Amino acid sequence: MNSFLARYGSEIATLTVEHVWLTTAAMLFATAAAVPLGIWLTRAPNWAGPALGVANVLQTIPSLAMFGFLLPLPWLGERAARIAIVALTAYALLPILRNTYAGIRGIDPAVIEVAHALGLTDTQRLFKVELPLAASFILAGLRTATVTCIGIATIAAAVGAGGLGELIFRGVASVDNRLVLAGAAPAALLALAADGILGLVERRLKVRGR
Amino acid sequence: MSPAIEFRSVSVIAGQGRPLLDGISLRVDEGTTTVLLGRSGSGKTTLLRTVNRMVAPTQGEVLVNGTPNMRPDIIMLRRGIGYVIQETGLFPHFTVERNVGIVLEAEGRPSSVRVQRSHELLAAVGLDPGIYARRLPHQLSGGQRQRVGLARALAADPEILLMDEPFGALDPLTRSEMQDMLRDLLAGLKKTVLLVTHDLNEALYLGDRIALLREGKLITVLSPHEFLASDEPEVRTYIDAFQRGEQVAER
Repeated sequence: MNSFLARYGSEIATLTVEHVWLTTAAMLFATAAAVPLGIWLTRAPNWAGPALGVANVLQTIPSLAMFGFLLPLPWLGERAARIAIVALTAYALLPILRNTYAGIRGIDPAVIEVAHALGLTDTQRLFKVELPLAASFILAGLRTATVTCIGIATIAAAVGAGGLGELIFRGVASVDNRLVLAGAAPAALLALAADGILGLVERRLKVRGR
Repeated sequence: MSPAIEFRSVSVIAGQGRPLLDGISLRVDEGTTTVLLGRSGSGKTTLLRTVNRMVAPTQGEVLVNGTPNMRPDIIMLRRGIGYVIQETGLFPHFTVERNVGIVLEAEGRPSSVRVQRSHELLAAVGLDPGIYARRLPHQLSGGQRQRVGLARALAADPEILLMDEPFGALDPLTRSEMQDMLRDLLAGLKKTVLLVTHDLNEALYLGDRIALLREGKLITVLSPHEFLASDEPEVRTYIDAFQRGEQVAER
C-alpha cells in the first residue's frame, strides 16, 4: 500500500487538481448560463417548457457518446479539456435551470404582488426579493449539478482530458483494481465533500416561512 | 372636496369576454374611507386594483388626484399609494423593520431615516418597536403581521391607501381589535382609503360611504346610516344575510 502511494501519490494529486479544475470551470459556465436563463424564463414562462425540454434531452445523452460527438468539432476537438468542459457544462445546465425557474416561480404570489404594488422596480424585485428567496433552491440545483459533474468528469479521460478517470481507465485496461480505486476513491470523496459544503451553504440560505 | 380617486365608466373584460367590471363610475373624496362591499366575484378587488394599475381597465379611466393614472410612471404612481392585502405579503427574509421601510429603501433613503420612520409606524399600529423591530414575519401572529403590513403601506406617507380584505383571515376578536386600531389611526391621518370587504359590520364600522357591487356593477353608494335604512332589494338581501344568526337566536 505504502509503495503504491509512493509511486502514484503525486500523480493522484495532479489528477485530482485537474478533476477539480474541469468541474469548477464547467460549473462556472453552467451557472453563468443557467441562472440568467432561468430568471428570464420566469418572465417568459411560455418558453419554460421548450427550454427545460432541451436541457432535459442534453441530460439524457450518454456521457461517453457526448464526448464522442464533440470530438470532431473544429475548435473544440483541438484540446481535450475544452471538450470535457463543454460536455460537463451541458450536463450541469438542467438542475441549475430547473431550480432557478422553480425557485422563483414558487415564491408566495402575495409577496410578488406586494413587491409590484409597492413600486419596486424590476431590478429591485429581482435582487431584493426573488433571488434571496430562491437562493437556497438555486444552490440545491448547483449542488446536484456539481455532484453529477464530478462523476461524469471521470469519463472525460476517455477523450484524453485528464482528471481522475485517467487512473480508472488505466486500471481497467491493466486489470489493476488498485489503480481503479486510486481514481474512484478520490472522485467519490470530492463528490461527498462538494455535497457537504454546498449543503451547508444551502441550509444557511434557507428562508423560513417562504 | 375634490375627489382623490375617480372611476370613470371603468370596465374590465376578462380573457373569455366575461365582464369583471361593467361601466363603474364612482368618486372617492379626499380624506374619506369608502368601502367596496359585495360577495365574492362581485368585482370589488378588481376595482381596487385598477387604482394602482395592478389591473388595467379595458374601457374607461381612473383618475388619481385629478390625473388619469395611466399617465405617471407606474413605479412613482405605486409608491404614492399604500397597499394592504389579506395575505399580507410580508417579505419573509426581511425583519419587521426592513419590511416596513421597504418603500423608503426602494426610494434610496438613508437607513437612519428608514429605521426611525419604521419604528414610528410600528408604534402607531400598536407594536412596540423595541420588541418587534428585529423579528422576522414568521415569528409574528396573524394580527401582528397584518399590523406590520399596514405600517409598511403607510411608510412613504401615501395620500391613498388601498386595503383588500385586510382583516379577512383573522378571528373575530382580533379582527375587531384591528378595526379599532385602524379607525383610530385613520382619524389622525386624513388618508383617502378604499377598503374591500364582504363583511357588512366592517363596512358599517369603518366606512364613510359604502359602495355595493354585484356581478361587476355598482348597485348603490350610501352612507352607513342610509345603507341600514335603505329598502333597495339588493341592499336588503345583504343586510338580511348578515342578520340571520341574530334572528334565529332570538326566536
